Amino acid sequence: MERFLRESAAIVEVELIKLVRDPTEIVSRAVQPVLWLVVFGQVLAQVRGIHTGQLSYLAFITPGILAQSVLFSAIFYGIAVIWERDLGVVHKLLVSPARRISLVFGKAVAAGFRGILQAVVIYLIAFVMHVSLRLDPLAIFAVLAGVMLGSGIFATFSLIIACIVKTRERFMGIGQLLTMPMFFASNAIYPLDIMPSWLRVIAQINPLTYLIDALRGLMIMGGESIHGYAVDFTVMVTVFAFLLFVAVRLYPTLAE
Amino acid sequence: MNTAATDRFAIYTSELTRQFGQLTAVDHIDLRVPYGQIFGLLGANGAGKSTVIKMLTTLLSPTSGTAEVGGFDIIKSPGEVRRRIGYVSQLVSADGALTGYENLRLSAKLYGLTKAERDERIADALDFMGLADSAHKLVKTFSGGMIRRLELAQAMLHRPAILFLDEPTLGLDPVARRVVWDRLLDLRHDYGMTVLITTHDMEEAETLSDQLAILHVGRVSVVGNPAELRAGLGADATMDDVFVHYAGGLIHESGTFSEVAQTRRTAHRLG
Ligand SMILES: Nc1ncnc2c1ncn2[C@@H]1O[C@H](COP(=O)(O)OP(=O)(O)O)[C@@H](O)[C@H]1O
Ligand SMILES: [Mg+2]
Repeated sequence: MERFLRESAAIVEVELIKLVRDPTEIVSRAVQPVLWLVVFGQVLAQVRGIHTGQLSYLAFITPGILAQSVLFSAIFYGIAVIWERDLGVVHKLLVSPARRISLVFGKAVAAGFRGILQAVVIYLIAFVMHVSLRLDPLAIFAVLAGVMLGSGIFATFSLIIACIVKTRERFMGIGQLLTMPMFFASNAIYPLDIMPSWLRVIAQINPLTYLIDALRGLMIMGGESIHGYAVDFTVMVTVFAFLLFVAVRLYPTLAE
Repeated sequence: MNTAATDRFAIYTSELTRQFGQLTAVDHIDLRVPYGQIFGLLGANGAGKSTVIKMLTTLLSPTSGTAEVGGFDIIKSPGEVRRRIGYVSQLVSADGALTGYENLRLSAKLYGLTKAERDERIADALDFMGLADSAHKLVKTFSGGMIRRLELAQAMLHRPAILFLDEPTLGLDPVARRVVWDRLLDLRHDYGMTVLITTHDMEEAETLSDQLAILHVGRVSVVGNPAELRAGLGADATMDDVFVHYAGGLIHESGTFSEVAQTRRTAHRLG
């Protein structure tokens, strides 16, 4: 266990060094959420076409947009891994005696820290837009935990795809193909109960839905988690554990 | 899994074979490398050199046959093998977005060195490789020779018994190449390290290797020491003659388009 933590921490450390050294990505990733909240959210709020209970439409989609930006930034982790494979960095990691699970878990945790930066950005935008946020420390802590878990899920998922497709071109294609449908087949910008039933079925097996459900209760004053936090977090932990299990088996094939 | 027969050998392969679909990239190879030797694996592009190294370093599993490295079976005890080896891939494995020091520290941590060992060995390695002044610069600003020396430093931090180097001087200019050779000879001298080095450079093979094997489409066509191999073909035979004789063609004239392209890409990154 001590060894697992030490090895994972070493991977997280280099990822964070790179992130701090090149913060342009953080800035560019902030653009989309601004558009969604400031433009889309405000316009749709005028229309009042979507019933979001006692929450304003903007408050309703704020957690959805946070989850979206977590998804979009984590899903491109696979590209970085393919890049590392082309360079030979993956080979270097894999000949070391470090456990394969430490290497994969380290990446997931690093993605989690990126996710936290996204969360900070969204809180700032939401604050400026007068969304009534829950600011008690426990709620914020739980939001960050959810964001880390969600980032870990999507980054590991992305790593699995990278291990399967192995080239950047194919990954880009699949990445585009998966992310938008995952976003629309979730409760990010409309509630589950207005979805046609086939879409609701998909949304119910989409991990993004559980992240958003938890965030909606934890981030927003008067927001509620429909499934309950216990269900949301249990689903996320289980999905993450399963994806880790698969990724640990596939990651070594990158060096072949 | 030591046996009396394999004890003397750092590397002992038994009918080691790897297929990729229909292609047999490595075909029933039996190599014996005694501890302390520099062993050259020579072959044209596509001969199977990297595939042999990938199997011996546990990155790729054999289709059949096996090998012992440092006394451990690569299939049954990959973890033990990994602890005993260092590897510099044919690709450029140093991370350009990190400094030289950060690259070294990552390796030291993954190999479980204590903080004290880490500081001491990183400082030593940087000195030894002539990189102390550039330790805190980003690796993407390094020259090809510096990158290769950093990768060597990284591969030896944990004092492996056996070092695997896949075309370590490809793309380097003659001076940088010399420096790498000198460091390798020093390493063998100072630590008694066993080195398996692949190359398609005759001069390199001759300068460095105690023994060399010529690999030709996945098979070993000859093993011997460079001087003996030359002498075997006549008084004034060159290494090129040796290669032509045992591999049926000049080394630079073979290899498929994609193999040559891959080689060029690596060379370009370092150049
Ligand atoms: N992962 C792979 N998938 C399919 N074919 C491969 C793979 N790796 C190597 N090969 C093929 O195996 C042969 C030997 O390749 P390699 O070991 O890289 O040669 P060398 O290092 O001597 O240039 C080549 O024909 C190459 O195309
Ligand atoms: Mg090769």
